[in-house]
Order: sequence, then structure tokens, then C-alpha cells
Amino acid sequence: MVQTDLYVLLSAILFTLGVLGVLFRKNAILVFMSVELMLNATNLALVAFSRQWGMESGHLFVFFIITVAAAEVAVGLALIVAIFRTKQSINIDDLHQMRG
Amino acid sequence: MEATGLSLLTVILFLPLVGMTIMMFIPEAQGRNIRYTALGFSLVTFALTLVMWAGFNPALPGLQMVQRWEWLPSFGVSYFVGVDGVSVLLIVLTGFIMPVAIFASMASHIFEDRGREKIYYIFMMLLEWAMLGAFMIQDLIVFYIFFEITLVPMYFLIGIWGSEQRVYAAVKFFLYTLAGSVLMLLAILYVGNQAGTFAIPEIIAQVQSGALVFPFSGLFSTQSFLFLGFFIAMAIKVPLWPLHSWLPDAHVQAPTAGSVILAGVLLKLGTYGMIRILLPVFPEASIAWAPIIGVLAVIGIIYGAWVSYAQTDAKKLVAYSSVSHMGFIVLGIFALNTQGIQGAVLQMINHGISTGGLFLIVGMLYERRHTKALDAYGGIWKALPIFGAISLLVTMSSMGLPGLNGFIGEFTILLGTFGSDVLGFFFALFATLGVILAAVYMLYMFQKVFMGELDKEENKHLHPLNWQEYAALIPIVIVILLIGIYPAMFFAPMDSTVGQIVAQVSQFVTTIAQVP
Amino acid sequence: MHMESYPQLVTLVILFPAIGAFINLFWGARLSEKWISGIATVASALAFVASALLYVYLVNNNYQAAVVNPPLLDGWIRMGDSVIIPWQQRVDTLSVTLMLVVTGIGSLIHMYAAGYMHGDARYHRFFAYLNMFLAFMLILVTGNNFLMMFVGWEGVGLCSFLLIGFWFDKAKGVGWRNSNAARKAFIVNRVGDFGLLMAVFLIFWTFGTLDYYRPGEVANVELEEGSYYAPKGSPAYNLYQETHGEHGEEGAAAEGEHSEEAAPAEGAATEGEHSEEAAPAEGTATEGEHSEVAAAAEGEAHAEGAVAQEGEGHGEEEGHGEAAVVYLNNNHIATEDLGVFGKTERWLEEGGHEVDFGPFNLPLETVLVIITLFMLLGAAGKSAQIPLFVWLPDAMAGPTPVSALIHAATMVTAGVYMMVRANVWYHEAEITSLVVTIVGASTAIMAGFVAIGQWDIKRVLAYSTVSQLGFMVAAVGVGAYSAAVFHLFTHAFFKALLFLGSGSVIHGVEHGHHIAHGGHGHGHDKDHGHEQHDPHPVHGEEQHQDAHAHDDSHGHDDNFDPQDMRNMGGLWRKMPVTYLTYVIGTLALAGIFPLSGFWSKDEILADSWLRAIGEEGATAIQQLGGWIAFLLLFAAAGLTAFYMWRQIELVFHGKARTEAARKAPESVWLMTLPLILLAFGSIVAGFIQIPRGFFLFDSIFGHYNFVYWMQQSVVHSHAPPFQLGIAIMATLLALGAIFFARARYGGENPLVGAEQKDPLQAMPGVGGVWGLANARLYWDDIYNRLFERPFNALSRFLADTLDWKFWHDYVHNTVIRDGFNALGGLLSKPVDLGIIDGVVNGIGRLTRWIAGGTKTLQTGYVRTYAITLLLGVVVVIIVLLLPLLNTSG
Repeated sequence: MVQTDLYVLLSAILFTLGVLGVLFRKNAILVFMSVELMLNATNLALVAFSRQWGMESGHLFVFFIITVAAAEVAVGLALIVAIFRTKQSINIDDLHQMRG
Repeated sequence: MEATGLSLLTVILFLPLVGMTIMMFIPEAQGRNIRYTALGFSLVTFALTLVMWAGFNPALPGLQMVQRWEWLPSFGVSYFVGVDGVSVLLIVLTGFIMPVAIFASMASHIFEDRGREKIYYIFMMLLEWAMLGAFMIQDLIVFYIFFEITLVPMYFLIGIWGSEQRVYAAVKFFLYTLAGSVLMLLAILYVGNQAGTFAIPEIIAQVQSGALVFPFSGLFSTQSFLFLGFFIAMAIKVPLWPLHSWLPDAHVQAPTAGSVILAGVLLKLGTYGMIRILLPVFPEASIAWAPIIGVLAVIGIIYGAWVSYAQTDAKKLVAYSSVSHMGFIVLGIFALNTQGIQGAVLQMINHGISTGGLFLIVGMLYERRHTKALDAYGGIWKALPIFGAISLLVTMSSMGLPGLNGFIGEFTILLGTFGSDVLGFFFALFATLGVILAAVYMLYMFQKVFMGELDKEENKHLHPLNWQEYAALIPIVIVILLIGIYPAMFFAPMDSTVGQIVAQVSQFVTTIAQVP
Repeated sequence: MHMESYPQLVTLVILFPAIGAFINLFWGARLSEKWISGIATVASALAFVASALLYVYLVNNNYQAAVVNPPLLDGWIRMGDSVIIPWQQRVDTLSVTLMLVVTGIGSLIHMYAAGYMHGDARYHRFFAYLNMFLAFMLILVTGNNFLMMFVGWEGVGLCSFLLIGFWFDKAKGVGWRNSNAARKAFIVNRVGDFGLLMAVFLIFWTFGTLDYYRPGEVANVELEEGSYYAPKGSPAYNLYQETHGEHGEEGAAAEGEHSEEAAPAEGAATEGEHSEEAAPAEGTATEGEHSEVAAAAEGEAHAEGAVAQEGEGHGEEEGHGEAAVVYLNNNHIATEDLGVFGKTERWLEEGGHEVDFGPFNLPLETVLVIITLFMLLGAAGKSAQIPLFVWLPDAMAGPTPVSALIHAATMVTAGVYMMVRANVWYHEAEITSLVVTIVGASTAIMAGFVAIGQWDIKRVLAYSTVSQLGFMVAAVGVGAYSAAVFHLFTHAFFKALLFLGSGSVIHGVEHGHHIAHGGHGHGHDKDHGHEQHDPHPVHGEEQHQDAHAHDDSHGHDDNFDPQDMRNMGGLWRKMPVTYLTYVIGTLALAGIFPLSGFWSKDEILADSWLRAIGEEGATAIQQLGGWIAFLLLFAAAGLTAFYMWRQIELVFHGKARTEAARKAPESVWLMTLPLILLAFGSIVAGFIQIPRGFFLFDSIFGHYNFVYWMQQSVVHSHAPPFQLGIAIMATLLALGAIFFARARYGGENPLVGAEQKDPLQAMPGVGGVWGLANARLYWDDIYNRLFERPFNALSRFLADTLDWKFWHDYVHNTVIRDGFNALGGLLSKPVDLGIIDGVVNGIGRLTRWIAGGTKTLQTGYVRTYAITLLLGVVVVIIVLLLPLLNTSG
């Protein structure tokens, strides 16, 4: 059986990739995918811990997060589409004003 | 009565809010649906108020259909509804006036240039909720809240759909009534703090048992100041002379339905509050201040009537007549005997019906001719015979013709005033002069508008009343006759409650006699 | 139908006209004229039949009053136990008298109106109003308490308002004038109603009830069975002969065949003026027991003279009194269960009763004076007495049948009815009685004087009505209650007759006018001027203030006034039936023997005379009242004969003065038939009250029938013995006045000169006085200056200046609002800028400085925020981990 440490390590790597992606990509969609990556990294860690301790609550959290993430994707993508319609751009550096 | 499940009162109270919520989801464009939703909910509310009346046991003096939920237990504030002999008819009146006002709105053309029909009906529902709440709630703080909430929709009704000077009138109306109630809030907080609860029946019980004493030593003492705190708020609402100057503005500028509700129900909040709170909670101060208030009321009766006579604007005339009529009601209350108070409660209903009817009539004339100047009319009876006949009946009711409702109220009030220990002969004498003056100004208006030659071209082809207008007027006619011919039916529910209130006050006559 | 259920008919008496009004109001517009007038007339006639049955009931039931509770309205106004005012109707001799007058005369007038109103656009409404009036009038007279009286009182006022203003839409300002007259009537009446209302309050707080008499209560406990007024030959009459033989009245032949039945009790009919005070008895007297008909218990104050009498009371069926227990006095009723009058008598009997009005107590006698004075104010309004009579002449703006029914025969007598109803109080309140006498007598002579100077045919009659009402009121003042009702009764006949006759004349003249000028078709506008040209100038030498279209076209001669007597003359040829009946009415009104007016007027005069000379122990105040009444009424009687004959001469005699009068046709049978019936009534109505021993008439009609009838419900009714001297004097005066009028106004054309002046006006010395009468003594102008203008001016001052400019604008806008703003301005400068501003600005500057530093952080770039977030997370994690590091390290 694979050690829990390895799962956590993978999770940490994925999370770091996500953070870096959010910080350094300019394309809104990529930023968005990075956020998803972070979420899934968390999921991985949760499942791993859940398995180690034999508790079901970790799984439960994962399902919640997947659901919320799905909703978030729907809203987020809709927002990005809306932004693209008005700005003709999805570069997040162009979006520094609090008005359309 | 133990509250099991929802009390009927709670259902009635929140029905308008349900209607309001539903209307929020109807698109503005579907005017018809909005109108009929509002109408439907007001009619169902009215039907339920009738059910409530039928289920009301007139033999019990105390509250019935009680429901109480703690709201802010640490402060002694609760949602506490109940109905007794004084409020039962006023709740029915509110239920009755609302569909009438909605019918009047449906027949009106105000939305053609002002629009916003949806929010208008939403405000109407909100107003109904607030008024019902004020009559049902038995907790001072919540009563205060409802008392104030009524201002908001009324403010907008006047301010948005009113006549030329609507904003001035709306602001004046709002500030006046609000300013008065600030003092009331202070008094409420003091009373609640002393009593440890804001529930009115409990406070009254404490006062009556002597557990709670507001020191009284004359016209200017703790109890009197508390009394005045409440009284001024109520007197502005009534309005008692000389605090009446917001009324003509508000009435003249308000749309027809607004005037109907204002005269029909809102003004009664003040007089209702006097009976509900002032008399039993501050009995000594009520007795001590009664003659002074009586003088103001009598001045109001005569002054209102006299000023009314000189008006050239029909709506203003009716508005000032309200000052006179409400003077009768205050006089009856402070006669502090059964006849006076029962007469006053009945007269609240009567005034709501008759003056509401007069505002409807003026509104219908305005719809046709777009003027409220008396001079613009003449001979309308010939042009619109049925309308003329109905108007005559409502006019006669307002001036207290025997056989119609106004007379019963005025007669019993004056009878009570005459036999009152605190008022007596001269109050009755001068107030009865108001009965003569009522004939003077009412007949003046009736003659100017409905009699005389039909000599103005534009008056000759007025279109007849449509069904909504009949639907608004005919119930009023029926109630006018019903109360006039069979008043016993309306006195019966109040007998025991009013008897109890009178007993609660007169219990203190001896204590007050000891005050130097 | 059993006799016992007869009183229930009184509900129907009201219901019939009410239903008639209802039908015509709602469906009349769709019915033909025949149906409309038919329904209304039948409704009225049915009410008359029901009233007649009630009369039969009373006669057969020993005149015992009945109180009826209609099934639906039990407890009309009821507040627990504190106020109980039932809806009860009372059937007694007084109310039935009034019912018969109202419905009887009413039916005839309905019939007349069917012809008179023909072609009117609001025909159905007219009859609906007329029926509604009857219903209210019947409520007024049948109610058993003062509040029901008040309902009827104001109800008839409303109908009067509606009918006076019936032609509110006439052209040329006439409509405005008509509706003004209507409004004036209502408002003036309201002043009177104010008095009545105050009286009602006083009554309630004095007696705790408003009922006249409670059911089962006997109204007249002093009713003498051995009555001076009883019909000749009846046991009661014979009993009177027995006990009063020493008076030796004429005609008191000893027909004592029944005398053995009469057993005078001890002390009966012996001492002093109260000798007639014998309790009525039927059956054996059992002291104080209620089991049988009982005379008043011995020892009760006014029952010493109890007379027990075996046998039937009035020769009616015997079985009646025996089935049920019949009380003839109220001794078995506790004081608090008595009606107002019973209570009054009980208290007066006990003496020293004080009424508690909270802060002060008043003796009952004083309270009664106040009550009766307030009631007098009410009566002055409705019965058109000084100072409130001014509405009645203007009320002639209404259609003529209305003038006849409401403003002559019925409604205006309501005040008299009320005072007679309260005769117990008026009898007690001497001061009030004096005031009543003064008011009535001075009204009688004042109105009679004014009538002399009027040109308008209806206006003469209006003032005549005011004058005759003055007679009735004065009669009440001198305690002649039964005479007042008697005069009310006869007056209803001849005044209705005269008004209907004048309507017939107006109708005829108007038609004549149309015929003469080819008119605009068949005009339906009656009573008022038309727009056609009239070659005969309307007499414009005086300011004609009548309610006709004179103002806007004065001097253009295009108004023809069919009511102006100057436009008439010689009509007797054209309208023979109208003429004949009119003369009968005039003679009756003038009091010419043996027409009805003679009997009733003579009784009032005789009563006043007896009061004046101190008969029956009248006090000084009563004597004074008697003198005032006698002298003024006597003079007024002369004036009556004069102005009425003047009218006859001007209208019917001489030659026609206008084309219209020349062409006037007689009216249709629907109109003349009521005239004939009323003329018959005017002749015979007086025979119900023939003084005892009046040659011939007594043996035909019997004597004192009316007062005998009345005293069953009117406690203090009595009739004077015939005063031959006064009767002769009064008749001579009337005849003299008629001959004087004939001398002045007789001949071809009585009007003098080209301006067609009144002969009296042309007479030197008299002209001024006549002018005063013509100007109606300037009452209207005085009232206008005294009340109307100040009222209006004050009203405008209050409304425009005090309330609006001062209170609304100045106080609220200037003082409060601007004051608030000014205070705000004051605070904002030295206080606000100096201190508060310093602090506030200091804080503000500090904030701005901080903000300046931090605002660069807000770049708007997502990335910056994300980094901040990350850094934040890192910091948090470090903080969280620090303890771990410590423990591990």
C-alpha cells in the first residue's frame, strides 16, 4: 500500500502548481484552471487522510468540494464569457477597474 | 384561549404579506394580474376578518384568539396578537376598506401618466399588513413598529401618485407623524422598563392591581408626562385640533385610494391607541386631562366644520370635515363612560365608511372632470342620477341623519358627553352645535356639486360609473344603512370590553379625588 | 283577525309607504306614470286603511294604548344595560289621530299629484319621495320614544329638502334658488333639531329612558270615567251628571236612567278643581289589587276620588276587560320601570325629587323647564315659529302638492304634536308655557300681517300656515292641548284644500299661458316662469323677492309668473270647482260658522280667555299667558279672514288681468276630486268636537267627542265650556274683515293705477305699513345681516387667514420649518465651524492621510490581491505553527 506521505507530497506539488499558475498566468481561463487544480489537490489530501484514519468525513468533504467546484465553474465561466463580451479580452491584467 | 397552531389573527395579519410577495414576481407588464392579485388577497383578508368577527365571543371582555411568541425575551418583547371588543370592528373595517380602495384604484387613471402600477399595489398590501398589525398587536414595542410602518407606504402613495404638491404633502405627513411618535417611543421604553414587559395586557393588569404605579400628583407629574408622550403621538395621528395642519395637505394631494385609507383607517390608529393604551394604563392622567382634551375636541368639532364651509376645493372640504368628525370621537373617548366610548368606537367605523365614501365620490368626480373645485360642478345629479343618489346618501350619513350610521355614533357620543362626570352639559351643548354646522357645510357641498342647473357644457356628458366604481360605492351604501338601522349588532361585541375599560378608569376616580 | 292582533298593523302603516317608496325608487324609471302614481297612492291608501283599523281597535278596546315591537328591530340601540332604546311603536288616541290625518290627507294629495305632476321628467322620484315622507312622518308619530321621534323628525326634514329642491335643475338660476330654499329649510330645521337633541340628552339623563310610556303602562291615570266630556247618554256621562249636578251646565237634563249603576266612592267629585279626578273603573274596585280592574289604591295621592263602576265602559262588548288583567293605574309598576311621563308624575307626586347631573343637582321642576324650552326650539324649527319660521315661505319652491302635504298639513305640525305628546311636562313648566304662548301668538299675528302684503298665491298660504301653526302653538301654551290637536286636524283639511286649490289655479293659469301664446308644446314646468314673451308686463314696481325667475331678466318682460296674483283675476268662471272649494276652504280658515275652522279656532280662543280671566285657578303667569294668547290670536283671526278674502278677490273675482287668466282651463278630475273631498272634510271636520249643549249640533253629533278621545292619551286635555260671547265676537270680526276685503279688493280690477298697486299700498298712511308686510318685515334681511354674513365672513377668516395663512403657512412653514433651518444655519457657523468642525475636520484629515498611504495598495490587479492573500495565509500558518516549533524546539 502506498504511503500516505506520498499522496500528501503529490497534493502539495499540485497545490503549489496551482498557486503559481494563479499568480503568474494572465489568461483568465488558465487562472481558473489553476484554481481548480488547487481544489483537486486539496481533495487528494483529504481522501488520503480519510483513508489513513478510516473516517468517512473526508470523503464527504470531497463530494461537497466537487459539487461546489462544479457550481463555481459554471458561474466563473459565465463571468469570463460575459467579461469577454464587454472587454474583448480575457487578460486579467486588463480587469483592474471596478466598473464595466 | 390557548394558542394551538396559528391563530386566525396571525393568518389574517400575514395574508397581505403573502400577497405582496407573490406580486413581486409578477412582471410589471401584467397589470391585470397584479390588480387582481391585490384585489383577491384583500377580499380573502376581508372574508377572514368576517370569520374572525363571527368567531368572536362578545361576552368576554378580554383578549381572544391570542397568539404569543417570544421575540426578544431579554427585553420582554414578544409577538403578541389578540382581539377584543374594541379592535374587532376596527380589524373588520380595515379588511373592508382595503378592497374598496383597490376597486377605486382599479377605476382610476393615475397609472396612465404615473405608471408603476406594480409597486403601487405592493404598497397597498404593505399598508394593509401594517394597519392590521397595529390593531392586533398587544405589545407596545411591536405596536410602535407597526404604527410607524404605516407611514412608509402611505408616504410613497402620496409622494408618487399624488397631485401637484405631492412631495411637500408627503414629507409633511411623514415628519409630523414621526415627530409625534418619538415622544411615544420614549414613553414606551420608560413604561416597559418599569413594568418589565411590553405586553399591554400585563401592564394593564399591573396598573390595575397596584403593582405598577406611575406617580400621579396633578396635571404635571410623571404619569401625566408619560400620558402626554403617548397622547401627542396619537393626537397628531387623529388629528386633534390644533395639530391638524398636515391633514388637508395629505388628503388633498393623496390619490383617491390613499385618501380613503387615510381617512378610513389610518386616522383611527390614534383614537384606537387612546382607548387601548391611554385610558387603562394612565387612568388618573386620563381623568385629569379629560376636560382639557375635551375642550380641544369641541374646538376641533366647531372649527373643523366652520373652516370646512369656506373651502372651494371639494377634497379639502371633506378633509376639514374629518377634523370635525374626529373631534367627536376624541370627545366620546374622554367622556370616560360606556356611552361615549362605545359611541366613539362605532363612530370610528362610521367615519371610515362615510368619509371614505365622500373621498371616493370626490375622486370619481375628479376622474371625470379633472378638477376638485366646487365651482366647476353643478347639476351633476341630473347628469348622473344614480351617482347623485348615492352621494346624497353618503352626505347624509356624514352629517348624521337618523336612520343612517353617522347619527348613531354622534348621538351616543353626545349622550355620553352629556352624562359624563368629567365633561358634562356645556361640552355636549357646544359639540351639538357641530351637528348644525355639519349640515351647513355638507349641504353646501352637495348643493354646489349635485344640485342647481346643469349649465356647464363639460358636465353634461360625463360617462356613467363603471363596475369598479359601483363595486367600491355599493358596499359603503349597504354598511351605512346596516349600521343605521341595526346598530345593536355593532354595539354587542364591544359591550363587555368597553365596560371593563370604563371600570378600569373609574376605579381611579377616588384616588384622583385625593390629589390636592 | 282577532282584535288583539290589530295593533300589529302599525308596523304595516309604516311599511306600506316604505315599500311604495322602495319600488318607485328602484323600478320607477321603468314604469309608466299610471303605475308609479298608482303604486304610491295605493301604498298611502293602504296605510290609511290600516290606521282606520287601528282606530276601530282603540274604540273597541276601551282606548287602551298598545305598544308594538316589530319583530326584527327589537332593541334598536342597545349598549349592554346602560342604553336601551327599543324600536317600539305606540298606538294610542293621539298617534292614531295623527296617523289618520297623515295618511288620509296624504292619500288625497297623492291622487292630486298624479295629475299635477303629469309629464315631469322625474315623476317616479317625486312619488318615491312622497311615500318616503309618509313613512318618516309615520315613524315620527307612532314612535314610542323620543329617539324614534327624532328619526322621523329628521327623516321628514330630508324628504322636505328633497322635495323643495325637486326642481333643482331649472334654468335661469331658478334651480339654484330652489336648491337654496331646500338647503335653507334643512339648515334652519337643524337649528331646531339641535334643541330637540339637547332635550333628548336631558331626558335620557334625567329619566334613564326615552320611552314615553312603557308597555302596559296607563297614560292617563287620572282619566275620569265620570267624564264631563263623555258622550251623552253613556254611563260615564251620566255619572258626571250625578256627581257634578251642582254645576248646572246647560243641557244637563237628568237622564239618569243608568245612575243606579254608578256608585260614587267616598269623596268623589266634591272638593275644588280636582273634583273630576276619578280613576277610571270597569268592574269592581279592589283596593290596590291588580287581579281585577282596580281603581287607584286608597291613600295614593291622586286617587281619593276613585269611582268604581259596574258594567261596561262605553257600551262596547263586555267580555273584553275580563280575560286579561287590565290595570287602570300604574301603582303596580316600580318607578324605574315607568316611562318618562309616568316617572315625572310619580316624582311630582312624591315631591322634592332632584336630578343628579354629576357636579350639580337640579330640582325636577327646573329640569322640566329646561327640557321643555329645548323642545320648544325644536318645535319652532319644524313648526315654523319665530325665530325659525323663515324657511317655510321659501319652501314654496317645491311642487304644490308638496306644499300642501308637507308644508301645511302634516310635517309642520310635528312640533305641535311633540309638545302635546309632552303635555305632562308643559303642564308642569309654567314658565315654558308662557314662552310657548308668546312665541305662538306673536308668530300667529306676525305671519298674518305679512300675508296681507304678498302677491304670490302660495306665499300668502305659506304665511297663513305659519300663522295657523302659531295658533296651535299658542294653544299648547295656554294648556289647550286637545284644542291644539283639534286645530291641527281641521287645519290639515282646509289648508291642504287651499294649497291644492292654488295648485289647480297655477296649473290652470300656466296652461292658459301656453294656450294664449301657443307655447312650446305642452310645458311641464310648473310653478315657475318660462322664457316666452308675455305682452303683459310683470309688475316691476317693487323688488319682487319671490323665488321666481325675475332677476336675470328684470325689465325684459319675458317672464310670466303663474303664481303672481296680479296675473290672475276672474278665474271663477273658468274654474268653477276650484273656485267653489277654494271659497269653502277660505271660509273654514277664516272661522265662519259652522265650518270646521270655527270650532277649532273658537276652542283655542275660549281656552285662552278662560286662562286669562283666571278660571280653574290659573296662576298669575298662566293668566298673563292667557291674555297674550287671547288678544293676539283674536287679532290674528281677523287678519286671517282679511288676507284670505283678499286672495279670493284677486284670484277669482273681478275680470281677468292677463291673457293667461282668460284662457285658463279647469283642472282634470284627478285634481278636482281631492279638492271636493277635502272641501267636504273642511265643512264637517269640526263636528267631532261640538261644545256641550250647543243647540242642535249637540243632539246630532254629540259633544266633546274629540276631547274625550284625546284625553285617553293626553293627560291634561280638557275642553272649555262654550263661550258664546267670544264666538260671536270672533265671527263678527271675521265677517267684518271679509267685508272690508271685499270693499277694498272687489270690483272689476282692484289693482290701483298703471303700476297696479295694491289698494292698501295706494292708501295714504296705510301704504307704509303695507310695504312693511310686503317686505315681509325684513326678517330675511335681518337674518342675513345678523347671522348669514357674519357666519360666512368668519368662516372665510377662519379658513383662509387663521387656518391657512397663519397656522398652515406661517406657523408650520415659517416658524417651524424655516425656524428649524435657521437654527441649523446658526449652529453650522460659529458652533459647527469653530468647534465641531475642528474636531470633525481633524478626524477627517487624519483619515485622509491614512487613506493616502494605503490607497496605492488598491491596484485593481487580481494578481496583487492573490499574492496578498497568499502572504496572509503564510503569515497565519506561521503563527499557527509557532507553538509547535517552540514545543519541538
